[in-house]
Amino acid sequence: MSHLPYLIAAWIFLVGLYGIVTSRNLVHLIICLSVVQSSTYVSLVAIGYRTHAAAPIFAGIPPGTPAVDSVVQAVMLTDVVVEVTVVALLLALAVQMHKRHGTIDPDKLRELRG
Amino acid sequence: MKRRTRKRFFFASAALLAVVFAMGMLALPPLGQYRGPYGDVVNALSVPERHVTDAVTLVNFDVRGFDTLGEEYILFTSVMAVVLLLRIQRNEPTTRQEDQAPDRKGVGTSDAVRVVSLVLTGVIVVFGIYVVTHGQLTPGGGFQGGVILATGPLLVYLAGEFENFRKAVPRRLVHVCEALGACGYGLIGLACMLAGGAFLENFLPLGATGSIVSGGTIPLIDMSVGLEVSGGLALVLIVYLEETLECKEE
Repeated sequence: MSHLPYLIAAWIFLVGLYGIVTSRNLVHLIICLSVVQSSTYVSLVAIGYRTHAAAPIFAGIPPGTPAVDSVVQAVMLTDVVVEVTVVALLLALAVQMHKRHGTIDPDKLRELRG
Repeated sequence: MKRRTRKRFFFASAALLAVVFAMGMLALPPLGQYRGPYGDVVNALSVPERHVTDAVTLVNFDVRGFDTLGEEYILFTSVMAVVLLLRIQRNEPTTRQEDQAPDRKGVGTSDAVRVVSLVLTGVIVVFGIYVVTHGQLTPGGGFQGGVILATGPLLVYLAGEFENFRKAVPRRLVHVCEALGACGYGLIGLACMLAGGAFLENFLPLGATGSIVSGGTIPLIDMSVGLEVSGGLALVLIVYLEETLECKEE
């Protein structure tokens, strides 16, 4: 199964999407969104992986040693930190929603417009 | 739309998406057979061209430094939005939420947690500074070290009362940290232009490979990102704690 990590990424994406669609709670929905996003980590790292290669840190190993892709790893690590603050922003929106409407059930929010 | 209809609709479209997704993924080269040229180019050039042993940091703060600037501002903007959303609002009802079980007291922080947090605070801060400043040598850098540094204030909160936390982590200091980090990155980019290069072009002497000042502008950008990330996350922590503990200043 040489494509297993890619399929796992697809599975994580779809599971998170299912959670978003069926969510009854905004906090749950936000966590599901971060599950969807974590599928990108799996696919990015899997794309850059190379069998029997070192990590792209050339302290202690000579330059030129085969190493895994450093570009996707760099993209992933900024992604992780930025995602944390975006989740904090979405949770703040949920707090405001609860203050204004007294509920964080997305289905009930629709009825409370006005 | 009823919940059941919605679920059916979701399963139908998700099945279609799964098929397309799997087709796309199966067309990728098999795991472990990386083909793209960019990673190899960066890995080959990191030590000879920039005297940097961590190729990931090189990518973040030099090769695609301009993109990282944009990412840092996403972080900055979302932290600002959290502060804006959770500030005290004029028409906000000031009545406290009714306690559902007033006879049941919350569990206080145990002594073990307090002692461990107190001991760990100093260690974590030193470790965070180490990770930020050694980003160009070993795994680490501004983003990772900044998050580690931001757990320092969290440990202070765990070790004591909220009032101690407030004194140990003054809001103004956190604001200054975040602002310095956010504008520092841009200023380094402008300094590169003043020195006659392009925006964020590495113009400083590269130093000896393996030394803490190697990599030209990379350690400076590392530090400004570390300040920005630690300040931003600490600010989010402060704002959320104030929100939940309902001790906002008037």
